[in-house]
Amino acid sequence: MSLGLYLLLGFVKSFIIINVYLVVFAYTVWAERKVLGHIQNRWGPTRVGPFGLLQPIADGVKLLFKEDMTPPFVYQPIFTIAPVLALVMSLMSVAVIPIAPVLHVLGFDVPMQVTDINIGLLFILGVTSIGVYGIALAGWSSNSKYAMLGGLRASAQMISYEASLGLSLVGVLIMSGSFSLNEIVHQQEGFFWGFIPNWNIFRGQFFGFFLYLIAAYAETNRVPFDLPEAESELGGGYHTEYSSMKWSMFFMAEYHNMITVACVATLLFLGGWAGPVFGPPLLQTLIPLGWFCLKVAFFLFVYIWIRGTMPRFRYDQLMAFGWKVLLPLSILNVVVTAFFVAWFS
Amino acid sequence: MELLLFWVFAAICIGGALNLLAQKHPINSALSLVVVMASLAVEYLLLGAEFVAAVQVIIYAGAIMVLFIFVIMLLNAGEEPHGGKTSMVAKLVGIPALAILAVMLVWSLGTQAGGSVAVAGAEPGPPQVIARLLFNDFLLPFEVTSVLVLIAIMGAVVLAAPLKPHHAEQILEHLKSGGQN
Repeated sequence: MSLGLYLLLGFVKSFIIINVYLVVFAYTVWAERKVLGHIQNRWGPTRVGPFGLLQPIADGVKLLFKEDMTPPFVYQPIFTIAPVLALVMSLMSVAVIPIAPVLHVLGFDVPMQVTDINIGLLFILGVTSIGVYGIALAGWSSNSKYAMLGGLRASAQMISYEASLGLSLVGVLIMSGSFSLNEIVHQQEGFFWGFIPNWNIFRGQFFGFFLYLIAAYAETNRVPFDLPEAESELGGGYHTEYSSMKWSMFFMAEYHNMITVACVATLLFLGGWAGPVFGPPLLQTLIPLGWFCLKVAFFLFVYIWIRGTMPRFRYDQLMAFGWKVLLPLSILNVVVTAFFVAWFS
Repeated sequence: MELLLFWVFAAICIGGALNLLAQKHPINSALSLVVVMASLAVEYLLLGAEFVAAVQVIIYAGAIMVLFIFVIMLLNAGEEPHGGKTSMVAKLVGIPALAILAVMLVWSLGTQAGGSVAVAGAEPGPPQVIARLLFNDFLLPFEVTSVLVLIAIMGAVVLAAPLKPHHAEQILEHLKSGGQN
């Protein structure tokens, strides 16, 4: 493939996938408000468009036209860079996520992801770990006590839970023997015993799945681990001093990270796009994509469901849980999985 | 293409390193170091070492430097004055060390060039190769290094250990007497 075609294809794919991501973000926010509303016995957004479906657009316009205020006491360069860093890092991880099997059109093989690299999973972990800077630097550069406490909490929490997050994935990696997300999904196709899907969650990674989910909730700063922005004690946490689009960049970054977590959980534990496929050829190419979207949507719903149900941890509980419960359990999961794989191979 | 990218990121890497020295504020220096680490990771990637590049980002840029930033945030370190008098140690040890490093660099470039060097744009090898090297061929050095890290952690725990009981009693006495003695 020539360099020009390569760049063009990469650009087109990135453009499409980033726009899809932004739309999914907008409607995750809508779904969150709607579901939370029903959990709390009220309606949620209903005024703008049918079922409030145009609410995200109204919110976007509102945020665009708000005054972008920079308080005089902040450290200007880093204050500006921090939200951009958070957003860019959250968008980068989507580049390696395959959303459907390779598509065959007009004799071309079009992989349904921006780039397929051997170490896809490590790439996502690396980008996530850089994303911490956005929040930590926002807290520091704001130069106010609430933002500072929020930033400190966020960085401590994310460093602590990153270890468990990585270790909870090692079980899957041992079973599949590859870092490539495509390869991991391919191994989960089909059934065993005739009817149980060959997904990693049913093949001994049941425990690892929940470890990953807990660690990922902490990593994305969501309830019950949303201490960095605990509004009852910290105002807004690390983004207290931000307004307008700079604030919405943090907002977008948080939701993009949620979507990435949902995608990774789907790919590693729930078999990605694997599922029953039927019908004419056109339908056969679309159904795997449908399965993938359905599974991701389920994870996003669980996120919202938990937000509507759980209270927030106390800070010492959060740290004790991370280091004394979650980390030993993840190590145990790795050891037991390795033992079984070695025993049966 | 790869060669061009290699030089671009090499320039960014060295620029970041120089900026690290030039900046007065510790947080700017720490962020410059992050830039150096990240561009080094890109260089590894261009040389076909995918796994090393990913680990470089996850461990150095993602974990160790975050801890640096964390400490700077906690201590709330301000700007450091530059210039003034240079310490004697820096002159007596630093300059010869720099000279030795320069000689070594020139020597290794002169004698090793054209040998077994990685080429920009090399095809990445599978991570299994590194795993085999680490856990078969170099198992002993690898494990010894991890024991070394363990000793360092234990040392840190001993240094930061809580006070002995009789120290605590002395402090309690001090507090009971209203901080008089």
